[in-house]
Amino acid sequence: MADTISRPAAPAENADTVRLKKIKDGLTRRHARERRFRAYGVAAIVAAIGFVVILFSMILYKGLPAFTQAELSLNVHFDPEVLSADERPVQAEGQSAAEYQRALLGWQRQVTMLNWNRLIEAAIVEAAPDIEIDTRSALSIVETSERFVLRDMFVENPGLLGQTVAVSLLASANADNWLKGNIDRSLPDSQQQLSADARALADRLLEEGKIRFAFAGHIFTNVDSRSAPASAGLAGAFVGSLYMMLVVIVLAVPIGVMSAVYLEEFAPKNRLTDLIEVNINNLAAVPSIVFGLLGAAVFINYFRLPLSAPLVGGLVLTLMTLPTIIIATRSALRAVPPSLRQAALGLGASKTQTVFHHVLPVTYPGILTATIIGVAQALGETAPLLLIGMNAFVAQIPGTPMDQSSALPVQIYLWQGNENRNFFEARTSAAIIVLLGLMLTLNAIAIFLRSRLERRN
Amino acid sequence: MNTALVAVLLLVLLGFAYQMGWSRSRSLVTSGGKLHSRPTYHGSLAAIWALLPALLILGLWALFGTTATRAYILAQLPPEVASLTGADLEGAIARIRQIESGFGVLGETAPWENAAAQALREFRVLTYAVVLAAAAGTGALGLFMARRRITARLRARNEVEGLVRVLLIGCSVVAILTTVGIVASLLSEAIRFFTFVSPVDFFFGTVWNPRFSSVGSGTGDYGLLPLLWGTLMVATIAMIVALPIGLMTAIYLSQYAPPRVRSTVKPIVEVLAGIPTIVYGFFALVTVGPFLAAIGNTLGIDIRATSALTAGVVMGIMIIPFISSLSDDVIRQVPRAMRDGSLGLGATQSETIKRVILPAALPGIVGAFLLAVSRAIGETMIVVLAAGNSPYLRLNPGEPVSTVTVTIVNQLTGDTDFASPQSLVAFALGLTLFAMTLVLNVVALYIVRRYREQYE
Repeated sequence: MADTISRPAAPAENADTVRLKKIKDGLTRRHARERRFRAYGVAAIVAAIGFVVILFSMILYKGLPAFTQAELSLNVHFDPEVLSADERPVQAEGQSAAEYQRALLGWQRQVTMLNWNRLIEAAIVEAAPDIEIDTRSALSIVETSERFVLRDMFVENPGLLGQTVAVSLLASANADNWLKGNIDRSLPDSQQQLSADARALADRLLEEGKIRFAFAGHIFTNVDSRSAPASAGLAGAFVGSLYMMLVVIVLAVPIGVMSAVYLEEFAPKNRLTDLIEVNINNLAAVPSIVFGLLGAAVFINYFRLPLSAPLVGGLVLTLMTLPTIIIATRSALRAVPPSLRQAALGLGASKTQTVFHHVLPVTYPGILTATIIGVAQALGETAPLLLIGMNAFVAQIPGTPMDQSSALPVQIYLWQGNENRNFFEARTSAAIIVLLGLMLTLNAIAIFLRSRLERRN
Repeated sequence: MNTALVAVLLLVLLGFAYQMGWSRSRSLVTSGGKLHSRPTYHGSLAAIWALLPALLILGLWALFGTTATRAYILAQLPPEVASLTGADLEGAIARIRQIESGFGVLGETAPWENAAAQALREFRVLTYAVVLAAAAGTGALGLFMARRRITARLRARNEVEGLVRVLLIGCSVVAILTTVGIVASLLSEAIRFFTFVSPVDFFFGTVWNPRFSSVGSGTGDYGLLPLLWGTLMVATIAMIVALPIGLMTAIYLSQYAPPRVRSTVKPIVEVLAGIPTIVYGFFALVTVGPFLAAIGNTLGIDIRATSALTAGVVMGIMIIPFISSLSDDVIRQVPRAMRDGSLGLGATQSETIKRVILPAALPGIVGAFLLAVSRAIGETMIVVLAAGNSPYLRLNPGEPVSTVTVTIVNQLTGDTDFASPQSLVAFALGLTLFAMTLVLNVVALYIVRRYREQYE
């Protein structure tokens, strides 16, 4: 532009063409800028959507293989020579429950101490009779917890003694990794988890169809396990999360809705309500870990509530989700047309009647959405739970909200830290799929109910 | 105490009281009076008066019952057992409880144990009966009083509504109590921490090395600055990633995109906001970290897989929907007339956006930005997994760092021993974090509010 101006005065008939050219040049440049700007916008959206796609495909790619696991189909002979145990004790007349329990525990210990591994080894040798293999290698392809599966079968039905039964047993985590090809097969023996014999055995059994990949239902039914990673499951964490969700729903929803109703419909405009308002907006933006500190100091240290209990976790998450529910409910209440209130008041209803009989029912879809958003937020929260001890290793399904327990996101945190990275990366992704699936289901239910409710109104 | 039975009794009491209030007020109508309140309110009022005292009694017993039972067992023990302490005493009490429950104990039982268990059994039956009777009696008394008050002129509705109002206020106070609880617990524990370490050393120290509480030798160094530096570095990287993408997404969706594109793209982007942060952390650890390290390798730069860069980039991805939806709201609030005026004067769309809409929306966008920064500072799980936890003052974002939130988690998980500075420092860090985010939030909310008023 500068050189067109600095040029000496052009002849008169040229002035229009020069100006026209100037404008045209300027327009071209401006339009190019416009297109560039638009392209930035498209690029930003593509990037954002790309992140979503990459994130989900990574999780699915890593996690889906974990839902199938290698299983051995073996014919186990319940050899009477190996299994020599006493009869199961029966509660005698006049024997106290405590005494009976001791006898039963003693018997169970005796049964547990039987050499179940011998049975498994024999079954493996029978499955591949031509492979020479030592006991250790043979057993290394079967998960260590599987001997207790045999024991439980036997305890359930002592009549199995002397019979041969077809059983499917979980392969060990190392064997599973090897068969899925997660381990570099060219690595030397010294760097392999399984011995050469065991690897050959596993390959052979897979070829013959005696090992196959089956759906790993135990991810949903088993609890976490340290000694037997292949059998580790999510059941305990799932139940823990469920208890916490119950606590959140029972406490956060009524309290949140009622305080939203008070602030929006009843509260006089004064400094106190202003303070509550600012306070709630601030609480909504307080980092979740601060709520964990609150829980640790107040619930654990002051009230001496138990560590790792879903009840405490639920209380902390309740306090955390309360502002979300209050804010969302308030905006739902604000959206109710004033004519509705005026009509009810005009017909002689009291303020309370107006609110509870006419205003609140209209906002049910909004409150429902608020609830689901809050619960989903609570379901995925990890950091505050770490501070109240929910990262403890818990190997049983909690019976009550006061028992020790883990939670789904915390289980993900624990599994990603497991040293058996090769195996647990897939496990962690599988747990993430379960968690995301749960959240998706929650949201789907919310959308469904919302459309039902809105149609009715 | 049998909870189901108590619940059933309470329900019966509730139903009975409601019914009595209702029919009593109804009978006043049939005998010619004109009620002030409808019978349902009389019923509700009677039910409330019957239930409250009963619940109070039961609540008191729930609070003090276990202590009373324990005191009773202690009183039954022979002096030489009662003078035991610690685990021995607890063991003796547990034995008596087991005998009493009928489960029995191992081995022979001493006569005094049997006697104590027998006494305990009687005590339980007695207290059970007394508490139930007291609850039922006060309930009945309350009901009786309420019933006597029922007249045609009783303003039952106003009373019930007053009680409802009290309940509503009580619920709103919970939010305030939460804040008070946060401030009080953080302050008191932080003050306890500052009895070990001086605030000057904490806020201006440049070395973070708390040692382990179990060693017990010395207290270690608690310098906040390395952690603060790490926090700011990660948050800055996050904002560098999130701000352009989030803002451009909002601009494109609100100004250019046809409604159909908008209604499909917006929810997809907002999916990012619903993903739990632990998932982002795992994503950073498993995918983004190695990817960045590989890029660094090909460029000849040393980038670690767990570093400020990894955590920052992933945190930026997490914050994109936060910025885009807040900015979207703000941009859409700019009056249409301003936009149309600019377009009418011949400005292109991008010029309108850059010269008119963005300046008008700037305060709101700044507010959104500050809220996003406060989110980034308080974010925990991504940095726990992906930042590498290395509390040193380093300039290079490719190196691992540690942040305030990571350190809170590290210091307070495992053993929660509230006496050592190693645990208590978590509360001082929490207080710092809370103060920082509070200032950011207050300023941001103030700006956003002012902005809203401007165009309303």
